Amino acid sequence: MANETEIKYLTPIKVETQRKKYCRFKKSGIKYIDYKDADFLLKFVNEQGKILPRRITGTSNKYQKKVAQAIKRARHLALMPYVADLLK
Amino acid sequence: MVRQYETVFIMTPVLSDEQIKETVGKYQKLLKDGGAEIVDENNWGMRKLAYPIQKKTSGYYYLIEFRAEGELIAKLETAFKRDERLLRFLTVSLDKFAVAYNEKKRAGGLKSQQKAAEKKENKENKEVKTEEVSAE
Repeated sequence: MANETEIKYLTPIKVETQRKKYCRFKKSGIKYIDYKDADFLLKFVNEQGKILPRRITGTSNKYQKKVAQAIKRARHLALMPYVADLLK
Repeated sequence: MVRQYETVFIMTPVLSDEQIKETVGKYQKLLKDGGAEIVDENNWGMRKLAYPIQKKTSGYYYLIEFRAEGELIAKLETAFKRDERLLRFLTVSLDKFAVAYNEKKRAGGLKSQQKAAEKKENKENKEVKTEEVSAE
């Protein structure tokens, strides 16, 4: 009996349980995304300063639009770069 | 229609303190003369720019929040455009959520709330993000 359980552990068990993505704004009840808060917006941008797609961040469509708008405003005011290397 | 607006402008770093005051005063006067009610002002001071503008690497930021008629914005923006002391400006109209956010921020109760929300997310997200990175 002990052997059987050991064999099961030796073969790699395929974990199919993908963590469910969620929209952080809906979850924590943030209604307005501040373009002045560059540190917060940095989470929605990759190392080059590009806006991350929804499929990675899990943000809902409604808030993705607002995030994009806020990032673009922050860029205009030179709070965030348009292009960068190694932003993080 | 009276709406709440928020404007941020960046002045060149070469200005003296007096010139900065003068420039800011000019726009405060312009707003007041146009019948605007100034809700809040915030002097961010000298900040480093994320990228150079007109070969300058830093700028003096100033924010004014006000309530005014829409027609005043055009006047304000033409004044901004003509001003050589400014590097950049941005005027946005605030919706009800933004107004609430700003009020909360002024009261000082917001930072803790948002940070708490972020912290909570960070804990959960960290695991997700490492998974995503390795998947890529």
